[in-house]
Amino acid sequence: MRKPAEYYQRDRHWQPPALDRNYKTSVTRSPKFAMISLVNTVSEITGPVFGHDDISPIDNDLLKNYATDGDPIGERIIVHGRVLDENARPVPDTLVEIWQANAGGRYRHKKDTYLAAIDPNFGGCGRTLTDENGYYFFRTVKPGAYPWRNWLNSWRPAHIHISVFGEAFAQRLITQLYFEGDPLIAQCPIVNTVPDPAAVDQLVARLDMNASIPLDTLAYKFDIILRGRRSTLFENRLEGN
Amino acid sequence: MVQKLDYLKETPSQTAGPYVHIGLAPGAAGFDIYERELGWDIAGPNAAGERIRVEGTVFDGTGAPVKDVLIEAWQANAAGFYAHRESSGDVEQGFRGWGRVITDFDTGLWGFDTVKPGPVAGQNGTQQAPHINLWIVARGINIGLNTRLYFSDEDNSADPVLNLVEQDHRRQTLIAHRHEMADGVVYKFDITLQGDAETVFFDI
Ligand SMILES: [Fe+3]
Repeated sequence: MRKPAEYYQRDRHWQPPALDRNYKTSVTRSPKFAMISLVNTVSEITGPVFGHDDISPIDNDLLKNYATDGDPIGERIIVHGRVLDENARPVPDTLVEIWQANAGGRYRHKKDTYLAAIDPNFGGCGRTLTDENGYYFFRTVKPGAYPWRNWLNSWRPAHIHISVFGEAFAQRLITQLYFEGDPLIAQCPIVNTVPDPAAVDQLVARLDMNASIPLDTLAYKFDIILRGRRSTLFENRLEGN
Repeated sequence: MVQKLDYLKETPSQTAGPYVHIGLAPGAAGFDIYERELGWDIAGPNAAGERIRVEGTVFDGTGAPVKDVLIEAWQANAAGFYAHRESSGDVEQGFRGWGRVITDFDTGLWGFDTVKPGPVAGQNGTQQAPHINLWIVARGINIGLNTRLYFSDEDNSADPVLNLVEQDHRRQTLIAHRHEMADGVVYKFDITLQGDAETVFFDI
């Protein structure tokens, strides 16, 4: 009998290393000792469960969820896709949270002092649950690029921050979505913490004309892949879980 | 040529950045948007067991407090069960076992209220000492760091995970210290991201 067991080991060569000197903040925030590798126990293969009571239906509509006297300024976009695992199975009912700058590249955050204007009708965060097929979508405006202190003239490519839970604490992931064709992607020290160019491609959302709404909204497609798990083909492990 | 394996690759992680609060704790970023922010109530009103508070500071490699960190906690209830279908027992109504905290922007202090978890099942019939699983993200952290918090007043000597740590002084980085204060029990748990006193992190 096939029974779900441990999650596949994380590919640490695909994921960014803790230390990357070109991303200067990582220099003092990166552990220097080796991590201890754990065989998953019940503590790792379980994780928090969220339901529709936890969120509101409008939470995934960033055009409306903070607006008071009109729509936010900027290019109207849909961001949509599926949350899958490494076995290409959909991850249903999982919480996806996003946050982003407004169309001018300014965050609604008391620590952001960039001179671009705050948009009175844009909060910049959203959340949703995937459906039974792992599908999610948001409506928002395309965020602007913004400067940050790394090199003297470092600019973040337009991006949306994404947080996903999955079904297990071992699957917890925060990442960033970039937009197809942005020349700042290749220059960004944060993007370039990811060593493999094929892995960087996985962070770039593709323009999706089929999902766009004529005369209204462009769409970008972004699938998120979480860790997959083994099936126990021969029963000999995880007793007591 | 050999056949191709058809597994997908995990999406690469990217730092949560300095503005993580906007998405995950907007109240702290300075604005209210959601009717309910998630993660402030770990145990709920009905949970059995000892009510405790956990407090600490995260330090960087220079010894300075990290003031823009976000920590998530995942724990079992007092009976040792997680609020998840793959845990082998039920939890109290309202017990989620998951929490999310951010640090104070000025001091770097963080803390959460919960109940003390019980021992949970380990591999192959073993038992794990009571612990809280922690996940740490911040600007400058490229992929979330996993660690565990154990309790100083428990017998941790047979815990299979702690015993994977060879050096005794490194094992001590995973022990929260109990203080009986006037207004309740507080466990102090500082996390050091880098250096000789570095906290043990796990590749789970
Ligand atoms: Fe950002």
